[in-house]
Amino acid sequence: MAQNADNVLDHFDLFRGPEYQEMLANKKAKFEHGHDPAEVERVREWLKTEEYQEKNFAREALTVNPAKACQPLGAVFVAVGFNGAIPFVHGSQGCVAYYRSHFSRHFKEPTSCVSSSMTEDAAVFGGLNNMIDGLANTYSMYKPKMIVVSTTCMAEVIGDDLNAFIKTAKEKGSVPADFDVPFSHTPAFVGSHITGYDNAMKGVLEHFWDGKAGTAEKSTPVKNGSINFLGGFDGYTVGNLREIKRIFNEMGVKYTIVGDNSDVWDTPTDGEFRMYDGGTTIEEVTNAVHASATISMQEYCTEKTLPFIADHGQEVAAFNHPISVKATDKFLMTVAKLAGVEIPASLEKERGRLVDAIADSSAHIHGKKFAIYGDPDLCYGLAEFLLELGAEPTTVLATNGNKRWEEKMKALFASSPFGKDCQVYSQKDLWHLRSLLFTRPVDFLIGNTYGKYLERDTNTPLIRIGFPIFDRHHKHRYPVWGYQGGLNVLVTILDKIFDTIDANTMIAGKTDYSFDIIR
Amino acid sequence: MSVANEETVDVKARNKDLIKEVLAVYPEKTAKRRAKHLNVHEQGKSDCGVKSNIKSIPGVMTIRGCAYAGSKGVVWGPIKDMVHISHGPVGCGQYSWSSRRNYFIGVTGVDSFGTMQFTSDFQEKDIVFGGDKKLAKLMDEIQELFPLNKGITVQSECPIGLIGDDIEAVSKVKSKEYGGKTIVPVRCEGFRGVSQSLGHHIANDAVRDYIFDKTDPSKLAEFESTPYDVAIIGDYNIGGDAWASRILLEEMGLRVIAQWSGDGTLAELEATPKAKLNVLHCYRSMNYISRHMEEKFGIPWCEYNFFGPTKIVDSLRKIASYFDDKIKEGAERVIAKYQPLMDAVIAKYRPRLEGKKVMLYVGGLRPRHVIGAYEDLGMEVVGTGYEFAHNDDYQRTAQHYVKDGTLIYDDVNGYEFEKFVEKVQPDLVGSGIKEKYVFQKMGVPFRQMHSWDYSGPYHGYDGFAIFARDMDMAINAPVWKMAKAPWKTDAAATAVAAE
Repeated sequence: MAQNADNVLDHFDLFRGPEYQEMLANKKAKFEHGHDPAEVERVREWLKTEEYQEKNFAREALTVNPAKACQPLGAVFVAVGFNGAIPFVHGSQGCVAYYRSHFSRHFKEPTSCVSSSMTEDAAVFGGLNNMIDGLANTYSMYKPKMIVVSTTCMAEVIGDDLNAFIKTAKEKGSVPADFDVPFSHTPAFVGSHITGYDNAMKGVLEHFWDGKAGTAEKSTPVKNGSINFLGGFDGYTVGNLREIKRIFNEMGVKYTIVGDNSDVWDTPTDGEFRMYDGGTTIEEVTNAVHASATISMQEYCTEKTLPFIADHGQEVAAFNHPISVKATDKFLMTVAKLAGVEIPASLEKERGRLVDAIADSSAHIHGKKFAIYGDPDLCYGLAEFLLELGAEPTTVLATNGNKRWEEKMKALFASSPFGKDCQVYSQKDLWHLRSLLFTRPVDFLIGNTYGKYLERDTNTPLIRIGFPIFDRHHKHRYPVWGYQGGLNVLVTILDKIFDTIDANTMIAGKTDYSFDIIR
Repeated sequence: MSVANEETVDVKARNKDLIKEVLAVYPEKTAKRRAKHLNVHEQGKSDCGVKSNIKSIPGVMTIRGCAYAGSKGVVWGPIKDMVHISHGPVGCGQYSWSSRRNYFIGVTGVDSFGTMQFTSDFQEKDIVFGGDKKLAKLMDEIQELFPLNKGITVQSECPIGLIGDDIEAVSKVKSKEYGGKTIVPVRCEGFRGVSQSLGHHIANDAVRDYIFDKTDPSKLAEFESTPYDVAIIGDYNIGGDAWASRILLEEMGLRVIAQWSGDGTLAELEATPKAKLNVLHCYRSMNYISRHMEEKFGIPWCEYNFFGPTKIVDSLRKIASYFDDKIKEGAERVIAKYQPLMDAVIAKYRPRLEGKKVMLYVGGLRPRHVIGAYEDLGMEVVGTGYEFAHNDDYQRTAQHYVKDGTLIYDDVNGYEFEKFVEKVQPDLVGSGIKEKYVFQKMGVPFRQMHSWDYSGPYHGYDGFAIFARDMDMAINAPVWKMAKAPWKTDAAATAVAAE
């Protein structure tokens, strides 16, 4: 018997005991009717070949292990960033269970979100009644300050009209006529979660700036010298937005973070559950129309939102998840210019500290090859940083990247001698990447938690930067933006490099001559 | 005795008031509907006095999932040597990718596919023009790139049924083209039914229609029967649950010919009609196929419960009762073998857990099945409810598990559950990931009872040791004493966080 009350064995030890190993071998031999182990081995090796890669890249219909989610996830991300707001996703209820679980697994925080729970009858007759009842219930139960509506693919396929439905629901008294119900259509079969961010953000701004779906006067912008800030869909939103606020305060910038979910996804354990915490207030988002400029930290999350804002007379600037010194410099200089402030000496000092840290450590990174996958802006920001460190972002892949992004990545590679042998892949998945890791091996892989399967299969050490991160805790609390954020990314990369060197040099009497105390 | 009775009366009155209080928040129509799902259990009643398996109310924050989750996520997903296509847009497969912890042994991507996300990643053109051609092509690509797959299932997402795709026709054509390969179209679109439950049923029916009925008998693996062949039905091997169960059945002399569906294979599904007995753990998700096998192949089935030594002992004897003395003796031998381990576990943990109150809200079988395990540790389940039960679940709950005065909540929502826990102040809540952090913020210890909070197994004797350790770890973690800052003197809040 393996189990023991004094030293309770967990699954990872329990099943390695002889009783279980024998049982599992027996199951396999007698009942699973599996393939000949030699055949399994042959196919396993074949999967590593150029020939397989060619077939793999010839895929037209099948997607395997994509690195993207669907639009409504992005809409929920946006919605929880407004003060007292509850996301309401119109369509099947299972979707909402998935979004809530997904975010909770990443942030280790509750995520409140409701569904209009459409079923077969709604598929036939439309979901109007679900909207009417749903808004009324949400309003009375959760006492939100606004309800932010988006859609699942079910509602989109049957063609439910949110504008008309919300109007009707208001007429039926589900919520007061002047209660804010911004909305956006977020079909899951178009784009990805970053498209959903874009649509939902635009939907909220349209509501508050353009006359609340025909129920109020359109706002007339009166420039007030403020800057709006959009973070984009970002797994590090908690750490990043706080860092951005610190930087803006340091610079004396008057600003509005539009969609600030840094508090609602980082509430304290003190005996009280805060369903709502922090967030951009209705007043703030309404007044955001009067800002002089809007900055988007992620270009590909705001492809519709930024032009919409520009149409309201604001200057707009988009970045690609800036992490590097150069990208952060450009970001700060843009902020300074748009806000009419100076970059303070304190930030210059922070910059110097990051440069100092790079100088101290770059010998360990220089010349190393990396594969990166994730959302397009994050990929760009990380690749830019690696080039600055003298590393080579050999393979950069975004399942939800588009042609424009691909071109931009190529231009980035062309801008650096370290980008010479680098390749970019959009609309490809992690099964494509698996082939590439065999045929064009790299030293390290940067990606989200699902990268651990690639780490296992290809023996490429994984540096976890991305979304979602399910199997490591609290990373989202640390910024990757600003010079401090750059330092955090640098340390994350270095830790894995040093751990890998140590792991490769720790056999006593064999390899441990290189098991150095000082590195 | 009289004190205990008075306490029960108090608790009952409190629970009844609590239900009234919770219902007060709703618009009238919703209050009427929700009232039918909340109750205080009366001893001696044949069920829990709640309506179940009814549509969730829009906008209330139901915790339920959908039919796709019930089919792909629960029943089919764990069959490791088949490729399961999440057919439709990318999200459903993405959010359910590797999140259920169905352990298996196999070389992923080569002969096993359980932790992979295969999707047709529907685009707008697929919605407009239909996805059948894409599906056909995608199957060819699976055949080429994953040649060792034993079969394919098509797990329908919402749009499939709405745009009129004919996945059955595509599956049939492709099956023929690949020489009779098992290809199973599953109509588990998320909008069907009211919860995961219909997805289980549809998935069960698909096994019947496309594995039992369609497979050419000449193609089946060779199989030599023994009088002691059983199949484990309704164990998804979460954290290794089915393994910790299988080992006991084998030790008592039975031969487990199939696992449904944790660490399961197509060959095991195909062989199951040869079993002498189907032993059924998750009644809710797999009673359908068990009944079918009883009717069609004459295989009896028996429900069992491998949570906690009391129920394990009962279950081993119950299973043995279907067999001869050799097996009955085997069961006694197994019970005796593990008794010292159980004594040691209980001696270690019961003093730390005695009298602690638990509230549960889970899915198929656990809202009742784990009650015995808690009671083995001296704990008391004071509230329980199901995401997607039917009345037969509540009957089983009432007749075999819950005590008088237990608070019962069917398809509870975020608001109700929070209020119940706030007022009842249990020492532990067992529910899912969406609920976990809500209650931990409130200072209430919590264990996820779907995923075992990334621990497990919890089934079997080996699992009970882990279960006991985990419950102790949750309840007696020093962190709960720190929830309130020492300069705050809110007595009520301290009470919640205490212990």
